[in-house]
Amino acid sequence: MKDLFSRSLQTTIIFLIVGGILALAFGGFFSSASNRFTGGLVSAQYWFAIRYQAIQQFLSAPRDIVSLRASNAELETEISQLQTQVIDLQQRVSQTEILAALVDFSRANPESSYKAASVIGRDPSPFLHYIIINRGSNDGILRGMPVVTNQGLVGRIDAVIADAARVQLITDPAATVNVHLKNANTDAVLLGSVTGDISLDMISQDAAVQSGDLILTSGLGGGYPPDLIVGQVINVRKLDYELFQQATVQSAVDFTRLDIVLVITNFRAVDITPLIPTPAP
Amino acid sequence: MRNIIAIPLFALAVILQSTIVSQFSLLAGYADLILVMLAAWALQKGVTTAFQWAFLASIMVGAISHMPWMVTLIGYIGVVLLAILLQQRVWQAPLLAMFTVTFLGTLFMHLLSYLYLRFSGDPLPLGDSLGLITLPSLLLNLLISIPIYGLMRDLASWVFPIREEA
Repeated sequence: MKDLFSRSLQTTIIFLIVGGILALAFGGFFSSASNRFTGGLVSAQYWFAIRYQAIQQFLSAPRDIVSLRASNAELETEISQLQTQVIDLQQRVSQTEILAALVDFSRANPESSYKAASVIGRDPSPFLHYIIINRGSNDGILRGMPVVTNQGLVGRIDAVIADAARVQLITDPAATVNVHLKNANTDAVLLGSVTGDISLDMISQDAAVQSGDLILTSGLGGGYPPDLIVGQVINVRKLDYELFQQATVQSAVDFTRLDIVLVITNFRAVDITPLIPTPAP
Repeated sequence: MRNIIAIPLFALAVILQSTIVSQFSLLAGYADLILVMLAAWALQKGVTTAFQWAFLASIMVGAISHMPWMVTLIGYIGVVLLAILLQQRVWQAPLLAMFTVTFLGTLFMHLLSYLYLRFSGDPLPLGDSLGLITLPSLLLNLLISIPIYGLMRDLASWVFPIREEA
């Protein structure tokens, strides 16, 4: 009984001492000592935390690189897909612009009916100026039909198969087009060349041709319908001892950038060869 | 049997010539992919079908070109003949032979085209044709002749594999 009492007393005294110390500590009486203690504790915790984070980073880094590489590859794929999409859309926009211009042209010239065609190739021989289009006899294309763009005359159909046709450009050395100079009110013949330049010949010496004059098809000879824009006169060569004047021409059409053309399908070329008199032997 | 590769090969070459090669012009001339391919093919060892390939190529080119296929055929046959002749004489320097065949073959082909067009009534000034078409085409043909020769050499080794002696 005595032992039990003395143990209870001891425990009570210990609790009282500890409680007193805590009360003094919370009361700020041990601030310097508690600061040292907590400072050491925080330092130790900081040391452990830093080491732990370093180890954690070291262990998890390879996994992050793999995942980063994977996401990088995904993003690169996405970028390339988007770039392809952008190119495709740009192409569509440019085609739409061309088609819109061609639609405007066909609306402005309702007397003709048109069939749009894409340019799919050029003649393999550099001596010849021909293009190949993706419309043929299945689309009602016939030999001799004129080919235009919204800018002006391109040429005429030279040969046709079921799904494609070959077009002789007006720049071909063998191409001749009867034209009319609007301002000078005179007729002339447009000639192509090996270099792709076009020129005018057979201009009457009396005609007052000036640079900038508009050149239209005359319709003579039955090869082309009248009043299709061909180009403009750049400069005129007039020599008194020659029968005719000549002129160099700036074509209305950029033949290096032919993508889409229009075939005039309601025009039938007339072959006047049998009507040309042959010299008697 | 592997010679059948000529059909898709030349079909592809004609398409490439018409759509891409003809867009890369120098002055008014551009390279002739088919001519260079034929020259390279005819120069390969063991090739016995160069004339058949020339015939096939001329028909394919004639199908899309305004130039009659007979003119193209004569030109290509001339190129193959020249290649066979040179292969027997300068066999130790295949690239030299390739350059020579390309050079002379281009000149021959352009001469034929020029003569045909002149006789059919096209006004072609000789100076312009030579300076603006033939010489630039010649340069471009020589430029593409090296990679084409390599490709055709690989193709020839596939079509005519060298048999190991027992």
